[in-house]
Amino acid sequence: MKSKPLTLQEIVDFLDICFEVEFTFIKSELAAELIVQQTRSDQDFILNLTRRVAATNKELAFQFAMNAIRALDHMDQHMVEAWAMSATDNYDSKGLNPAMSVIRDLDNYVDTAHIRTCGAVLAEEIPVLLPFAHGLSGRKLKIAETEGKHSYTDTETIFLPAFTSLFEESKDNFLIYKASIAFLWAQIHFGTFRIPFEKLLDCDAPDKQLNKFFTLESIRLETCIKRELPGLYRDMQTLKQKEEKQLQRQRIEIENWRYIKHKLTADNAGIHDTLHCLALVDEIQCPPPYCYQGILKPDLAGAVMQKRIEKEKAYFRIALKELASENMKNNATDNTEAEFEMDSGAKFDIRNKADRQNDTQQVNSGVIELEFEGDLVALPDHVKELMTSIIVDFGEIPPEYLYAAGPGEYDLKKYEEELRNPNDVWQGTYHEEGAELYNEWNFKRQHYHKNWCVLRELELEPEYDDFVENTLHKHKALLKNLRHSFEILRGEDKLLKKQVHGDNIDIDALVEAYGDVKSGMEMTDRLFTKMHKVERNVAVIFMVDMSGSTRGWINQAERESLILLAEVIQILGDRFAIYGFSGMTRQRCELYKIKTFDEEYNDEIRARISNIQPQNYTRMGVFIRHMTRLFNNIEASTKLLVTLSDGKPDDYDTYRGEYGVEDTRQALYEAHCDGIHSYCITIDEKARDYLPHMYGAANYSVIDDVAQLPLKVSDIYRRLTT
Amino acid sequence: MQSKSFKPEEYYIEDEPYYQPIGDEIAIFEAAYNQKLPVLLKGPTGCGKTRFMEHMAWRLQRPLITVSCHDDLTASDLVGRFLISGGETVWVDGPLARSVRHGAICYLDEVVEARKDTTVVIHPLADDRRVLPMEKIGELIEATPEFCLAISYNPGYQSVMKDLKQSTRQRFVALEFDYPDAALETEIIMTETGIDIATANQLVKFAHMTRDLKGSGLDEGASTRLLVHAAKLIHENIPPVTACTTAISQALTDDADMLVAMNELSSSLF
Ligand SMILES: Nc1ncnc2c1ncn2[C@@H]1O[C@H](COP(=O)(O)OP(=O)(O)O)[C@@H](O)[C@H]1O
Ligand SMILES: [Mg+2]
Repeated sequence: MKSKPLTLQEIVDFLDICFEVEFTFIKSELAAELIVQQTRSDQDFILNLTRRVAATNKELAFQFAMNAIRALDHMDQHMVEAWAMSATDNYDSKGLNPAMSVIRDLDNYVDTAHIRTCGAVLAEEIPVLLPFAHGLSGRKLKIAETEGKHSYTDTETIFLPAFTSLFEESKDNFLIYKASIAFLWAQIHFGTFRIPFEKLLDCDAPDKQLNKFFTLESIRLETCIKRELPGLYRDMQTLKQKEEKQLQRQRIEIENWRYIKHKLTADNAGIHDTLHCLALVDEIQCPPPYCYQGILKPDLAGAVMQKRIEKEKAYFRIALKELASENMKNNATDNTEAEFEMDSGAKFDIRNKADRQNDTQQVNSGVIELEFEGDLVALPDHVKELMTSIIVDFGEIPPEYLYAAGPGEYDLKKYEEELRNPNDVWQGTYHEEGAELYNEWNFKRQHYHKNWCVLRELELEPEYDDFVENTLHKHKALLKNLRHSFEILRGEDKLLKKQVHGDNIDIDALVEAYGDVKSGMEMTDRLFTKMHKVERNVAVIFMVDMSGSTRGWINQAERESLILLAEVIQILGDRFAIYGFSGMTRQRCELYKIKTFDEEYNDEIRARISNIQPQNYTRMGVFIRHMTRLFNNIEASTKLLVTLSDGKPDDYDTYRGEYGVEDTRQALYEAHCDGIHSYCITIDEKARDYLPHMYGAANYSVIDDVAQLPLKVSDIYRRLTT
Repeated sequence: MQSKSFKPEEYYIEDEPYYQPIGDEIAIFEAAYNQKLPVLLKGPTGCGKTRFMEHMAWRLQRPLITVSCHDDLTASDLVGRFLISGGETVWVDGPLARSVRHGAICYLDEVVEARKDTTVVIHPLADDRRVLPMEKIGELIEATPEFCLAISYNPGYQSVMKDLKQSTRQRFVALEFDYPDAALETEIIMTETGIDIATANQLVKFAHMTRDLKGSGLDEGASTRLLVHAAKLIHENIPPVTACTTAISQALTDDADMLVAMNELSSSLF
């Protein structure tokens, strides 16, 4: 049975609460009048989404409610939801106005040409599109979202629209993304950006000139794609035909067409052929680009390129310097410890491969090898990557790059600082250096804030005092106890009897078998003993709350527990790491490295534990997500994340109450999906009611005395690792 | 106390196994063999190490005994053990002991996979003593001059637990293997399977795509072996994209998104 549609009043009441009309003075009636005409299922859908958007901003929610019906006319519910969430994402990253225009300018975001399309949503396709982009050779490209409708590239990142919805079927809309990536990759890879655009566009009508250039260049690029990715080229042709049919668009008409086509589709056509042809045609009717071709942003690309080229030249020549001095060290016959400082640039050469038949392949960095004083040089991976990127920019390694950098010629700090600039971090482009970005879950919005938290790993200085000694002394009896229970946990090598294969003869079995044979029975083949070695493959991270509220006995308890635990985990030989966490707001999530998996547990680590000091606030989700990332990089059959904390997640900004609890819960769920067992030990007098909600009833405990802590951990160990 | 069933002649390789040399590995192996030095083959799986050993065994006219090491493999699996036969215990030589006695080439594939105690038994064989102690029967067998020990090891799986110990690796002459360059790999695929050059070229391109994904979603890229598998399927008229999926992508990952992405890559190529 279909439910009855809501009445006007019911809708108004609902919206009044969403919009908090007493404070915002938003007119719920305006939206309600539109919504009341819908079916009940559409009504529910719109109201539910409106409430989720309202959790971010009431104005934005009102705007959404006003436009939702128009959106539903053109897109399926899934797409409308994605569209609303893209508005809230824009609110997060850019503010209210850009977010409002996402909603108002619906037509800019989706093609409203026909009814309820099944579009493709970029955020959902990223897990497939990113490896696809990485699989294409050359520089490792990033993918980001553009506000506009057209894709483009700055030569390092491919910007794609948040949705594609030109075609009715999602498969075709996905294909637009895929084709865009390949087309923009081709621009980067086959030299579109290798020309001086200022010169090209220094004319009366630069826009027209750029269009003309783009049209001709596209012919050349598609020929490259046809050669390199014939399967995708076929798909591109299909897309073009569909687009022509649907939008009734015209094919290009160009004078000298035959000649130009011949020139630009030749196997070795380069960017200069495009320029050559450009001079041959006066005026062409430039149709708009095909759906996947996007647009050119020469200024943007130029700026990014210039920065990169300068930086990579420095890095490359410095790498050569290192390679050269290493080479000389290795070749030195006498064993003097002399430092080999290069005073003038040592010169490297490109080894010419005799069989370079593949001249059509313009970029194939794998083929280029470097020689130093006649010897082939083994290049480390990061140098190979640099070379690839340089070749993508120039089509070769420019000769002046082959001189090793002289002493002090470059100041690398300049580039490093550039990378650490927090504004770059916010553009989401420099994940690797200095900071890592993590999403955060907003339960009211039922959606993530993207790249919301900025996490940095910091060093913790060791503090060599008597804390460690005192702790070991103070808990001597407890330690003995613990050692014992951990030794039991370790398990002993077991001698298995009556095995088919083994190291030694099982005499008992043999005697029995002999008896069997004598009495005419069949003899068993289980006659051996075998040593069964218990091999543990457990990795555990201890994550320690360093927030200000742990000041005093809790901090002391945490440190004492860590010392004891580290001591006994050694017995098991499990890999373990210790991190401390604190911070202030999402922009400063600070993770202190106390012991990484790779480090030996030694006096320095003990001294670092001693120096664990209360800092600021506790944001939890971001750290759990980071730990999950760390765990995903190692191989272990049991992964265990133990949090020691004093209570609720709590941060200076909105990370309070339900919000923080729900984000933590979500982060724990993500960890669970990656096969990580989480356990929380809370040092607090009062048991709190939210712990079972976050960790699940069995996965937390509340203790009020240090002495209980190591025992608790050994308990968890027993449950999870045996 | 000789093994009864071992027939060295069964381990001789009669016909020349096809091996496409990548560098000077054949000459180096021969030199090491003449100087009675043990050899370590380093390199990712499926890049031709086993095939190389077969080829060398044929070239040097020695029987080849290959042991694929696994984590249950013990020292006695290599050296030998007592078996019961007709109410009596009989000693039976393991593959290593057989090789030592008969001057065969013994190839321990993926040696780090074996239990740690196994490396101990190969140490005295791998230095200039060239002897195999057989504790169980109190014998010490000396290797004949023709005997040769070779082991393989994949440095790609970097994990503390599965690393080759210095005391082991420093006994061996190391030959580094890697995927051949594009032209050679194409040739190998064509020779092994008889597919046409155009398809072979695209397969190699696909391999390079997957190798670029190493570290960003894949633990390993496609090996030459997987390309040969895909090419064989294509030779049987399986469509290339299907062949890539079943023979290559599925072998490399179980991740659903990654599989889709790899499918998008292969369907772009064919
Ligand atoms: N250099 C080569 N010459 C001939 N065939 C090769 C070569 N490299 C790889 N192959 C092919 O790849 C397959 C796998 O090689 P294999 O020797 O088993 O690899 P590995 O022992 O290194 O794991 C071989 O069966 C052969 O078809
Ligand atoms: Mg093999």
